[in-house]
Amino acid sequence: MLKDITLGQYYPTDSVIHKLDPRVKLLWTLLFIVSLFAFSGISCYIAVTLVLAGLIRISKVPLKFMMKGLRAIFILLLITVIFNLLLTPGTEAFRIWKISVTWEGIRTAAYMAIRLVYLILGSSLMTLTTTPNDLTDGMEKGLRFLKVFHVPVHEIAMMMSIALRFIPILMEETDKIMKAQMARGAEFEEGGLIKKAKGLIPLLVPLFISAFRRANDLAMAMEARGYHGGEGRTKLRPLKYQRRDHIAYLLMLLYIAVMILIRISAPVEHLLGLV
Amino acid sequence: MDIIKGNDLVYDYIKYNDEGERMAAVRAIDGVDIDVKPGDFIAILGHNGSGKSTLAKHLNAILTPTKGTLYVDGKDTRDEHKLWEIRQTAGMVFQNPDNQIIGTVVDEDVAFGPENMGLPVEELWARVESALGAVGMWKYRSQSPNKLSGGQKQRVAIAGVVAMQPKCIVLDEPTAMLDPVGRQEVIATVQELNRKHGVTVILITHYMEEAILADRVLVMAGGKVVRQGTPREIFSQVDFMRSQRLDVPQVTRLADELKKAGLDLPDGILTAAELADALEKYRGGE
Repeated sequence: MLKDITLGQYYPTDSVIHKLDPRVKLLWTLLFIVSLFAFSGISCYIAVTLVLAGLIRISKVPLKFMMKGLRAIFILLLITVIFNLLLTPGTEAFRIWKISVTWEGIRTAAYMAIRLVYLILGSSLMTLTTTPNDLTDGMEKGLRFLKVFHVPVHEIAMMMSIALRFIPILMEETDKIMKAQMARGAEFEEGGLIKKAKGLIPLLVPLFISAFRRANDLAMAMEARGYHGGEGRTKLRPLKYQRRDHIAYLLMLLYIAVMILIRISAPVEHLLGLV
Repeated sequence: MDIIKGNDLVYDYIKYNDEGERMAAVRAIDGVDIDVKPGDFIAILGHNGSGKSTLAKHLNAILTPTKGTLYVDGKDTRDEHKLWEIRQTAGMVFQNPDNQIIGTVVDEDVAFGPENMGLPVEELWARVESALGAVGMWKYRSQSPNKLSGGQKQRVAIAGVVAMQPKCIVLDEPTAMLDPVGRQEVIATVQELNRKHGVTVILITHYMEEAILADRVLVMAGGKVVRQGTPREIFSQVDFMRSQRLDVPQVTRLADELKKAGLDLPDGILTAAELADALEKYRGGE
């Protein structure tokens, strides 16, 4: 059962977004998130909505799939909205018993909700269209400049890709150990929270020991195959910018420029007479 | 020139206590001489703790001898500047296939060694293709290693070593964790590499059926090489092998029992066909 878990949440289709260089997608996502927080106002959010909807359309990933990511933050979203609604001071909109809700509160709550939802949608769009492998490669190459600050970029990327390789193996092992312990009368489902947590000890101890043993073996195998860090290493599939990647970068600049323009002119606000 | 030449090798595992002081030394290899000629297929047999795995790790400079000298293709394994050259000359395949596959896709794993050597992209692809071809795994190149069987994984691991184009491959019990089918696959692959591609093979095993395929067999016990010779010479000494707590191939044992029962059979029968022949002759002679 544990074997079937897919890693990351890659959704394979043959869209342009899937084919883009992971570095482009990483930077786009980062700037998109920044833009969500840097530009607020109805006009800006309408523009962001259009852009996001367009990108999702191009990616050919079903909307239903995108929404899955939202389930995880539902509680967080609820708490944020409620707190913003109740705790923002300003002019009162209405009052239920002793609790008053302000116009400002409604506005901040709505903005926060939009930001959070778009943040999740934007980043899932990236993870859904990029394989975990590409993602680590993109990070390794895209963040190489951090080496100046002594950040071990190659090592972190290598660790991530090894983790990706070993998670399914360790999952399977967990399954095996669980069955072995159950055969000896261990209970994993029974009892309250504390008893359940205690029940995990006979599962975690052997799992950790085995993980360390594997790590030891793997380190030896890597050395035997001449691994000596990222220095002087080449790649089977080196990242190379194509024309579409340059276009994507241009579109990114365009996106920022347009957002700034919209923020300054605020056309919808003028139309509604809010300013 | 010998590809591997070891003189009077000694290796001590040193145990430390909690304060990091030297507690005791366990002698894992004790005065081993080994010389291997290019193109040889050598099998090393031995009971658990006989030092065979420790010896294997020396051939790839993962361990360096406490005493004695070891030259791999003319390079001293204690010379740290030659470390990467030695690891390219003598590739190593380990027991557990899962713990030596690094890539998340088969072809990327095979490319891992050549990538470390800093080869250009076209050369990487050429090597991946020929290595996967040599072990018969080319059609699985874009699969995840997790989806492969044990024997297939081990063949990928061998391809990963072959892609570095080593002159010599050391296999440390590569079939110990496999089922009979997987074992067959791996051994056939190793044999082909040796015969077709002329790669020197050093196979550490405790399966006698694998050892009989070798040109020469070394029997290790207590850190020493106690016997060496052709498989026929080694396995004809049934009583000695049993005293080392090692088995001989079933057929050899049967022939030995028959001989003890009074049948006049030649020494060192290794395969069922040989035994059948010998029995036929025996009956004809009667």
